[in-house]
Amino acid sequence: MMNIERFYRAVSAEDALNVYQNTEGAAVLGGCCYLRMGAKNITAGIDLSALGLDRITVSGGSTELGAMVSLRDLETDENILKNFGGLFRDACADIVGVQLRNCATIGGTVAGRYPFSDILTAMSVLDVTILFASGASMSLADYMDSKKPAKDIITKIIIKNNVKKAVFNSVRNSHGDYAVLNCACAVKDGKYSLAVGARPQKAVRVTKAEEFLNNCAITAETAEEAGKICSGALDFQDNIRGKAEYRKAVCVPLVKRAVMGAAYAG
Amino acid sequence: MKYIGKKIHKSDGNALVKGLPVYTDDLGINNNTLIIKILRNPHPNAVIKSIDVSEALAMDGVECALTYKDVPDVYFTLAGQSYPEPSAYDRRVLDRHVRYVGDEVAIVAAVDEKTALKALKKIHVEYDVLEPVLDLDTALDNKALVHPVQPHTNFDIGCDASRNIASTTYTEQGNVDEVLKSCDAVSGLRCRTQAQAHAMMETYRASVAIDYNGRLVVTSSTQIPFHVRRHLSRILGIPKSMIKIIKPRLGGGFGGKQTATAELFPALVTHITKKPSKIIYTRHETFSCSTSRHAMMLDVRLGADRNGRIKAIDIHSFSDTGAYGEHAPTVFYVVGHKTLPLYHSEACRYYGHALYTNKMPAGALRGYGATQGTFAQESAMNQLSDMLGIDPCELRLMNLLDEGDVHHELDGSIPGNPAVLKSSALKKCIETGKKMIGWDEKYPRVVIDDRYVKGYGMAVTMQGSGIAKIDTATAFIKLNDGGFFTLIHSASDMGQGSDTVLLQMAAEVLEVDIKNIIVTSDDIDTVPYDPGAYASSGTYVTGNAVIAAAEDMKRQITETAARMLHTDAESIEYGGDVIRSKDGSSISLREIGEKLCGFTGKDQLIAKGTYGGDTSPPPFVAGFAEVTVDTETGRCAVTDFCAVADCGTVINENLARVQLEGGIAQGIGMALYEDVIYSSTGRMATDTFMTYKIPCRKDFNCIRTAFESSYEPTGPFGAKSLGEVVINTPAPAIAHAVYNAVGVRVTELPITPEKVLMGMLKKDG
Amino acid sequence: MLVNITVNGQKRELTADPGEFLSETLRKAGYLSVKQGCDTGSCGLCTVWVDEKPVLSCAYLTARADGRSITTIEGVQKEAEAFAAFMADEGAEQCGYCLSGFVMTVLAMEKELKDPTDEEIQHYMAGCLCRCTGYMSQTRAVKKYLESKK
Ligand SMILES: Cc1cc2nc3c(=O)[nH]c(=O)nc-3n(C[C@H](O)[C@H](O)[C@H](O)COP(=O)(O)OP(=O)(O)OC[C@H]3O[C@@H](n4cnc5c(N)ncnc54)[C@H](O)[C@@H]3O)c2cc1C
Repeated sequence: MMNIERFYRAVSAEDALNVYQNTEGAAVLGGCCYLRMGAKNITAGIDLSALGLDRITVSGGSTELGAMVSLRDLETDENILKNFGGLFRDACADIVGVQLRNCATIGGTVAGRYPFSDILTAMSVLDVTILFASGASMSLADYMDSKKPAKDIITKIIIKNNVKKAVFNSVRNSHGDYAVLNCACAVKDGKYSLAVGARPQKAVRVTKAEEFLNNCAITAETAEEAGKICSGALDFQDNIRGKAEYRKAVCVPLVKRAVMGAAYAG
Repeated sequence: MKYIGKKIHKSDGNALVKGLPVYTDDLGINNNTLIIKILRNPHPNAVIKSIDVSEALAMDGVECALTYKDVPDVYFTLAGQSYPEPSAYDRRVLDRHVRYVGDEVAIVAAVDEKTALKALKKIHVEYDVLEPVLDLDTALDNKALVHPVQPHTNFDIGCDASRNIASTTYTEQGNVDEVLKSCDAVSGLRCRTQAQAHAMMETYRASVAIDYNGRLVVTSSTQIPFHVRRHLSRILGIPKSMIKIIKPRLGGGFGGKQTATAELFPALVTHITKKPSKIIYTRHETFSCSTSRHAMMLDVRLGADRNGRIKAIDIHSFSDTGAYGEHAPTVFYVVGHKTLPLYHSEACRYYGHALYTNKMPAGALRGYGATQGTFAQESAMNQLSDMLGIDPCELRLMNLLDEGDVHHELDGSIPGNPAVLKSSALKKCIETGKKMIGWDEKYPRVVIDDRYVKGYGMAVTMQGSGIAKIDTATAFIKLNDGGFFTLIHSASDMGQGSDTVLLQMAAEVLEVDIKNIIVTSDDIDTVPYDPGAYASSGTYVTGNAVIAAAEDMKRQITETAARMLHTDAESIEYGGDVIRSKDGSSISLREIGEKLCGFTGKDQLIAKGTYGGDTSPPPFVAGFAEVTVDTETGRCAVTDFCAVADCGTVINENLARVQLEGGIAQGIGMALYEDVIYSSTGRMATDTFMTYKIPCRKDFNCIRTAFESSYEPTGPFGAKSLGEVVINTPAPAIAHAVYNAVGVRVTELPITPEKVLMGMLKKDG
Repeated sequence: MLVNITVNGQKRELTADPGEFLSETLRKAGYLSVKQGCDTGSCGLCTVWVDEKPVLSCAYLTARADGRSITTIEGVQKEAEAFAAFMADEGAEQCGYCLSGFVMTVLAMEKELKDPTDEEIQHYMAGCLCRCTGYMSQTRAVKKYLESKK
């Protein structure tokens, strides 16, 4: 059971960062959906809810998400729908229920770097920059790749509105379960980006497949070929939801559908 | 009829929807209740070498920390069964030998949860880790023993601990091996069913205090208050009379609360400390430290002639009872006894063992073995229909027992004198189900497009209604001073609505407005004996008792009215609220009640009825599944499930329908989603709702139901049971539908997308 | 620590540990309708509204609710009663343990979605697990209830 010794409601991002960096055992509180399951003793729980970070805004060709934006807002926000189509709506759809999505935050999701995450797979095909309380910024890809991110607080997530079409899909043993495999595909400036996650390792872009797609006409056959490239190029493993060989097999139709969806449907 | 067959509202429904505090933990009236937490064993098989609780005990706020050295040295079973229990006495409160990951090592009680949890960390234990038995297939005659000492059993249940055998069953009619040789077609399958979790929404919990008479008052979310009292009396070594059990509303049970999982801990703590205490199991404990359905491996063979006449049925099974044998022999027995008598055959056999392993113990769960047996037998039936090229519905219709037929394996049979099936509308259920799902048009499959195929499958099943010659229930009815009645029983409503159904029966017989009867069933100091809510007995067994009590009350009222109206009982016309004499005089029930309670009457009327059946009339279900298979991913969705039940007379259409729908849903969960996975070190990996997936409402939205009623002559108003039979058909029907869709026969539950897709890929080479 | 919360329209000053979640605080303060069904945020039993939005009270820190307005089913008894009639007509109550959270979600959906389709209802309600009913009767009750409000 998680324990918090002190609840600290930050008054500014600097204030939050200051406490975070100068208190041993401090933690940033997102929606706490994951935090609460740990057995961690948190000396200072830093609450960002007074910082106005729960808004989604559009400016200068980008969409800005405050770290405390809930997954429910991500799912239903009109600007998000306008700029990214059903990508986030579909990535959120099977995350338990409305009540959990009203709690869980985008900041906690990114900071958690969960390998199973549907949201992170969806984001992986977009141009995403993470802003930190220190003023630093980093691309999502770099953040996901870094061994151990610096002790900083995510304040905003900025996504370029350069998407023509983006599609998310997943295979799940049942609704509301974690994905056995998930996949996203986006068309940006006429180019394809493709990511596969919950392998069960974290989402990765598959550049070989992207290059292939960028150099051919998209048909059912080439989309399937892209699936095969992914299936061949990626490392899959076992967990309680499925074996590597199943993931490898199902990767093909999943990618195919995502590609076809991004290229044509709707 | 005024109440029977009607959609009467559930008596407690309004309170439940409004969220009123009616459950065990809502009713704690004691301040400063000690909170109990259990230290649990991390090894599948180990002996405690040393245990030191001194540091925990020294903590501020810790009241006690009990180990095997501090608790009564007595063996018992926690199974909720009538005495003498068939389950082996293979448990102790705490044992040096701990037999599964999660087994109890120490009991801590402290002023609050935080302190109790902290104290657990201060207990130091050294274990001698032993080789575990983690695989059902190798449990028999394994070198490693779960119970090195043979436990006491009340009957010869074929328990042989030296071979890891918890119980043995063998029953055979005719000579199966011989008859099988003469068959034109023999289907054969090895089926495996998983250790399904009850996953009731309210976890296990109980609170205990000592009252002004020095009695232990146990408030518990239990299906079996009388059995809990008996178990506690044995465990604590105090008379039953010193224990009172209160059973509030239950947040679901499904058989989980037919085992006294949690009560002994607060009972013991309060007995020792004399202070009130309570325990609330976490969801994790509820999944991994209680009981589950018995996982089974079943080898089934069905032999028939070329026309489809079944000649022999053979089922051999190993059942995984885990570390302790709660319900092991009885669940094992039911597997064969609720399957073989579905069909005529020249010979049939059911045999095998329930085996001990170092896993969480199994216990009772809705269906109680019949679910597992049905999966095997019906899957083999469907395979046989393929082999013979006979429609699976036809194959059933040809071979099912009819009303009036006898079968040696039917409950209530005695050697040489087989029991009679007195009621069955199963054939009608099949016909109706076929129409509902559009069988003739759609079976075996409808191809939707390149990606989706719909497959159709079916299965039939039976269960029982109470346990023949054992289950015995009593009900009281009291006429109160206001002219209203109190119905007093202990069928232990756990949500299914037995309180309501029994009220309906009482109101029907007593011919009064149902609002004129109140029902009480929550305090065993005052209610008559009832084994509890299990074996599908509430409507049938307790129902018959209620009818007898109501008839007795009617008789008493008639006699009293005759006296009061100065005439004889024959001249009285009982009319519910008003009792008339042929001579025109009358008296109201209210007046009778008023008088009898007061000085003028001095004779409050109390009626009783008792019932125990010589047979256990089977209810039936025919289940039809439409499964849409995504041929790309192997994912199977139930897009239509038509279930048609024969539960005899339907007493309450609404409650019956929801039993049927709910049971089918739980069966769909077992068929498709609910996987139980142990790590190689014996830890249950599926111990949360994140890892053990019960169906959510997006998983299906298409259960359709109907009733085809037979009339059961021994049943209350012709009724039989319904609560368990409802869970049996989904697994075999869905497996059949998947097979018909894509040609993959999954015999190991659950039918995951992986099994289906990999099966398809293998089939295609 | 002391937390000022408006519960069901009533200002309350409640004591809670800094790491305590609303489900626990609310139960201790007598709002016994709030049930906990899991330890992982998976079941929906503990649903209450924070500023009118349905949230899992088992995952919502009490300290964070300081200054906010909480509604439990004790605060919407009239609405619950109206809905109860539809549940009764379907026999959909069963054990009832999931119902506080379920009803709070139904009432939230009623406010949030105009004229939801069957699929939208299933999607909105998906976080409310129930083991007894198989959901069908609940859905019938919800639909008839929403229909009656038109
Ligand atoms: C039962 C359950 C099922 C789920 N199923 C799915 C699923 O199917 N698919 C899916 O994609 N996701 C799923 N999730 C995960 C969910 O979508 C969130 O990603 C997750 O809950 C984390 O978000 P949070 O706001 O709750 O973070 P928290 O639990 O509050 O925090 C997570 C971590 O991030 C840190 N953190 C939080 N905010 C910040 C910040 N601003 N800056 C720096 N660090 C920060 C915290 O200190 C902590 O270490 C599930 C979660 C639960 C509880």
